[in-house]
Amino acid sequence: MKNIGVAIVALFALSCFSLFVGVKEISLSDWWQTPQNIDLFFISRIPRTLAVVLTGASLAVSGAVMQMLARNSFVEPSSVGTAQSAALGILLVTLLYPGSPLIVKMIVASITAMIGMAVFLAMISRLPVTSPLLVPLVGLIFSGIVEALTIFIAFQTEMLQFQGTWMSGEFSGILRGRYELLWLCGVLAILTYVVADQFTIIGMGKDASVNLGLNYKQVVIVGLFILALSTSLVVVTVGMIPFVGLVVPNIARRLMGDNLRASLPWVAVLGALLVLVCDLIGRLVHFPYEIPVGTVLGVIGSFVFLYLLYARPAHAR
Amino acid sequence: MIEINGVSHSYGKSKILQNISLSIKESGITALIGPNGAGKSTLLSLMTRLQPLQTGSISFDGQSVSQTPTRELAKTLAILRQDNALSSRMSLRDLVGFGRYPHHKGRPTAKDHRAVDEALDYFDLQTMSDRFIDEVSGGQKQRALVAMAFCQETKYLLLDEPLNNLDMYYARSLMKRLREIADTGKRSFVIVLHDINYAGAYANEIIALKDGTLAIHGTPQDVLETKALQTLYSMEIKVTQHQGQLVALHHL
Repeated sequence: MKNIGVAIVALFALSCFSLFVGVKEISLSDWWQTPQNIDLFFISRIPRTLAVVLTGASLAVSGAVMQMLARNSFVEPSSVGTAQSAALGILLVTLLYPGSPLIVKMIVASITAMIGMAVFLAMISRLPVTSPLLVPLVGLIFSGIVEALTIFIAFQTEMLQFQGTWMSGEFSGILRGRYELLWLCGVLAILTYVVADQFTIIGMGKDASVNLGLNYKQVVIVGLFILALSTSLVVVTVGMIPFVGLVVPNIARRLMGDNLRASLPWVAVLGALLVLVCDLIGRLVHFPYEIPVGTVLGVIGSFVFLYLLYARPAHAR
Repeated sequence: MIEINGVSHSYGKSKILQNISLSIKESGITALIGPNGAGKSTLLSLMTRLQPLQTGSISFDGQSVSQTPTRELAKTLAILRQDNALSSRMSLRDLVGFGRYPHHKGRPTAKDHRAVDEALDYFDLQTMSDRFIDEVSGGQKQRALVAMAFCQETKYLLLDEPLNNLDMYYARSLMKRLREIADTGKRSFVIVLHDINYAGAYANEIIALKDGTLAIHGTPQDVLETKALQTLYSMEIKVTQHQGQLVALHHL
């Protein structure tokens, strides 16, 4: 096994670095010296860094699972309408029950995310397996439609600005008390690892799954549930972040192959690293102002994705 | 014993199988032959619960395929499909290892690792076991898939045209190995074969389908015979003998 230790050390080092990047200058030697500094650390800096790491890992793991369920390596929850459906759910619950607590928003978002994903899977099951690139295209169109619907409703109800916060993900608003739901994403990622073999088998196709004694439908439903929950958790807390779930599993696949038992730790660590690097870029490039991480990822991610598309088209699936 | 009772199947209006009833004895190799579109693959996928039965019943040692939980059946029977659109990027060792899944449910033990190693050895894959499935040739991939089904250690193994993609060398050696395993009496095979000479040389019994009905169920001697082949394939095929082995000259 290639050495994942290096990646973990890099993630840890960057996380520490991230703690010392911010408008108020704090150095390694004085962060614990005044109560204000300690407060700043525990209220803002540490929660933000943790949120970044949890989000990155969760997005990447979700992408890997979705690619198994859809049997296509060019999909992720935010490119096939799942995250958009979650955002639509949040908008609807905010309109119908203003002031509902975050947990209610999250539950409704999970339900709409699940519906969105089921619709997507039903659509792609009718596509010919011989043209794998149709799958992400259908996903893009579907997510475009859901997003347009969301924006239309938001526009009509004068909620556009509010809606914008879910649509483009960023971490500047993360404080203690506003990110803890993301720990649930971490739990879901671990749960995914526990049943990793089943998702790998699902990725081999329905016949192979049945042959190996798997209840295909049941595993797919469990997968949809995990995906819907973790996607809506991320959308509710930080907003939509593109490309992580797409590029990270593809890089991990190059290294480790499709056996999730082996590749999931890589997927999680690389996902966290990618989002952390992009968040740092967003914070540093226009210091002391911030560029949303979603924007940075949109730029970097699209280049990496193009590279992955063109580098080895023979293995597209 | 495999028992098939009154199985019919249709897609829309076209009838694929009509009232098939037969029983296949334990141990040995049973070849399933017939012209294109005779319903061989459909019968195999019904036997292995990949498609739900429409009418009739199929059972393995009394375990009905429509009523036994699928995870139990996975320890009784394994299938190798013909149109294996397997696209997962996996090392041959991992792939073969997944054949053990019905036994270890994701927590492989030393016994499972041993079984994987044996299968890799047996099918000459040990030297390339760390290569990814999308980086080996079609024939090597096919052998890996056979090894995976073998590794599942089921009493019944159903193979849909396993000789696809294999050159003469590996086609013969695969059939010889299957014969060897069958002769130990521990496993039985149902194999869809296109080449009737392979069927004649390696099978104990031959089941011939034509137009969705059971045409012949008998020994190789019953089938490798000009008149029987004429009804099956609607062409004249001379049959000769070479050192006691019947050979159909279907290419002449």
